[in-house]
Amino acid sequence: MNAYGTGHLYGPARFEKAARVELAKPQLRENLRHATHTIRDRREEVVDEVPDWEQLRESGQAIKARVARQLPELLERFEAAAVEAGATVHWARDADEACRIVTGLVKDTGASEAVKIKSMTTQEINLNEALESAGIDAYETDLAELIVQLAEDKPSHILVPAIHYNREEIRDIFRQRMPGAADTLSDAPEELAEAARTHLRRRFLSARVAISGANFAVADTGTLVVVESEGNGRMCLTLPETLISVVGIDKLVPSFADLEVFLQLLPRSSTGERMNPYTSMWTGVTPGDGPQRTHIVLLDNGRSATLSDPVGRQALSCIRCSACLNVCPVYERAGGHAYGSVYPGPIGAIISPQLTGVGENASLPYASTLCGACNDVCPVKIDIADVLVHLRGRAVDAKRDTLSAERIAMRLLSWIMSDPRRYGRALRAARRGTAPLAALLGGRRTVRHLPWPLSAWTSSRDAPLPAAESFQEWWQRTRAEREQAQRGNPSKGETS
Amino acid sequence: MNAREEVLARLRSALGDGPAEVAVPRAYRRTGTCDPDRLAELLADRLVDYRAGVHWSSQDGLAETLSALLPAEGPLVVPPDVPDRWLAAYDGQVLVDSDDAPLGTGTLDGAASVLTGCATAIAQTGTLVLDGGTAQGRRLLTLIPDHHVCVVPVTDIVDTVPEGLQRLAPTRPLTLISGPSATSDIELSRVEGVHGPRRLDVVLVR
Repeated sequence: MNAYGTGHLYGPARFEKAARVELAKPQLRENLRHATHTIRDRREEVVDEVPDWEQLRESGQAIKARVARQLPELLERFEAAAVEAGATVHWARDADEACRIVTGLVKDTGASEAVKIKSMTTQEINLNEALESAGIDAYETDLAELIVQLAEDKPSHILVPAIHYNREEIRDIFRQRMPGAADTLSDAPEELAEAARTHLRRRFLSARVAISGANFAVADTGTLVVVESEGNGRMCLTLPETLISVVGIDKLVPSFADLEVFLQLLPRSSTGERMNPYTSMWTGVTPGDGPQRTHIVLLDNGRSATLSDPVGRQALSCIRCSACLNVCPVYERAGGHAYGSVYPGPIGAIISPQLTGVGENASLPYASTLCGACNDVCPVKIDIADVLVHLRGRAVDAKRDTLSAERIAMRLLSWIMSDPRRYGRALRAARRGTAPLAALLGGRRTVRHLPWPLSAWTSSRDAPLPAAESFQEWWQRTRAEREQAQRGNPSKGETS
Repeated sequence: MNAREEVLARLRSALGDGPAEVAVPRAYRRTGTCDPDRLAELLADRLVDYRAGVHWSSQDGLAETLSALLPAEGPLVVPPDVPDRWLAAYDGQVLVDSDDAPLGTGTLDGAASVLTGCATAIAQTGTLVLDGGTAQGRRLLTLIPDHHVCVVPVTDIVDTVPEGLQRLAPTRPLTLISGPSATSDIELSRVEGVHGPRRLDVVLVR
């Protein structure tokens, strides 16, 4: 029996419904188009200059596959090394348990507030909401997370949670909601960054507790790694007395030397930089330098369920670079909120349904054209398109015993198509039936909206009109001509 | 069952299909191909790309070079074991951080600059690595002041990321610095200067 994950992993509506709402926002689509194209081009430039990029991807893929295979042993090794170095390790089966552990740890310090480093894992478990209901104020310190938090919005991208806002909108959010922000604040990115610096400075210097995630956890040494740009991460990792890190059990790498692969793959894939400005690595407690109490919460929340699927388990290799979001034609138009889960885009469409169980997120595997652009950019070579197709199969299997209109229609079609004469008769009938429609549509051969119950089919695709001539009919009609031609020209027939 | 045992049991059962052993190919470059004499120039090129300041100095001219870069008045923060000769030509106020008398965050926030060395530097990616070793001090020294001046002997520069990591002890607190603080959070365009030092000056010593 699989134990599935809970938390911010699904939204209130199916993808196709939520996407329809998002698609009606022209400013959002313009913002997303601009941002994803900017980062896409930068990524391509810095990836192209690495002659051994493919070899790095192959190593990254194999290391992560090996981690999945040895996960229980590696976790035990990580725990032992971290404890040896002075950290306290906790285990959480799901989101609620992780939130309870973190909330308890913060309360134990006597603090009523905590500073936070951007972390998808803490977003996944809805940690901020849990802290708030326990009377603890959690302050997001990453610029994009700060924007989202001030706007009381939800993240829409793995790397840049505020990607759906442009600079004018960010300026307005700061002016209206950031304490101390000047009314004269402009929309220049430098000025907006400066405003965030000023706003958070005092908070950093007085913070007693910080909460982080981790990009990597090294099993051999118990080391945690945080990769960032702004320095808010370093502030949180060095200034407070207590540091609590929530780490998904998929974040392990076996040895410190394995980081040489991922520290080359991740920055170029995510922000399109040769290296991100700051990477921090720490192991337990270092006397006299940084937090003297460090806690690590190892989180399952559906990861073990994901591991149980031999095809789908490769999703656990994801290093959260977001390159697949930035090249995805569906993400670029629908935006991150349409996916409902904190993990949007192609990788989200294979992670979220596996964490929650496919039945809870059955529409996400269909949120893709299967164009495969995501496969090409994935730094650890996850075959996202293949897993999407596999999960579509599982979504269908999950409902196989229940009768639906679609299933009845498919069975009927299967009966008709299993006999050539039956199929021919049905096709001719359909052609006669749709003739008035064809005349009405002029040259177009597709219908955008069919009446109920067929509207279920056209809600996310056009329906084609029956062809004027089927292949079988064409074959019958032209066979005599072909045979005639072959008899008249035998040499041509032999060589073709 | 407690959470630890239950998670481990779930994982073992999830691997019940007995997935095959995975061999890890290591065909990527572990050592660089750059001419060792040109490593410093490659590092300089990468750092300039991040909008860090790059300055060249001889051993003998280092004190003068640093003095010209550092704020005339100070205060300047230094770790306890910074070589005396680095500061030989500097007249401003110097605050020395030490185990016995650690500088408070307020003091660091009021400092104009911090001067340190580094453990190694990676040319390919324009990265300085600090491991708390000689002339580097605690991690927060290079974080709170708004201006960081880092001295890099060219003999400490390596070509590739694997060569850089090989030189490090994983259990030390490590900070990899590639340019001044920056963000890509507004429209995914890079802007320098958020919470970390907004100015980074690197002095390459030949």
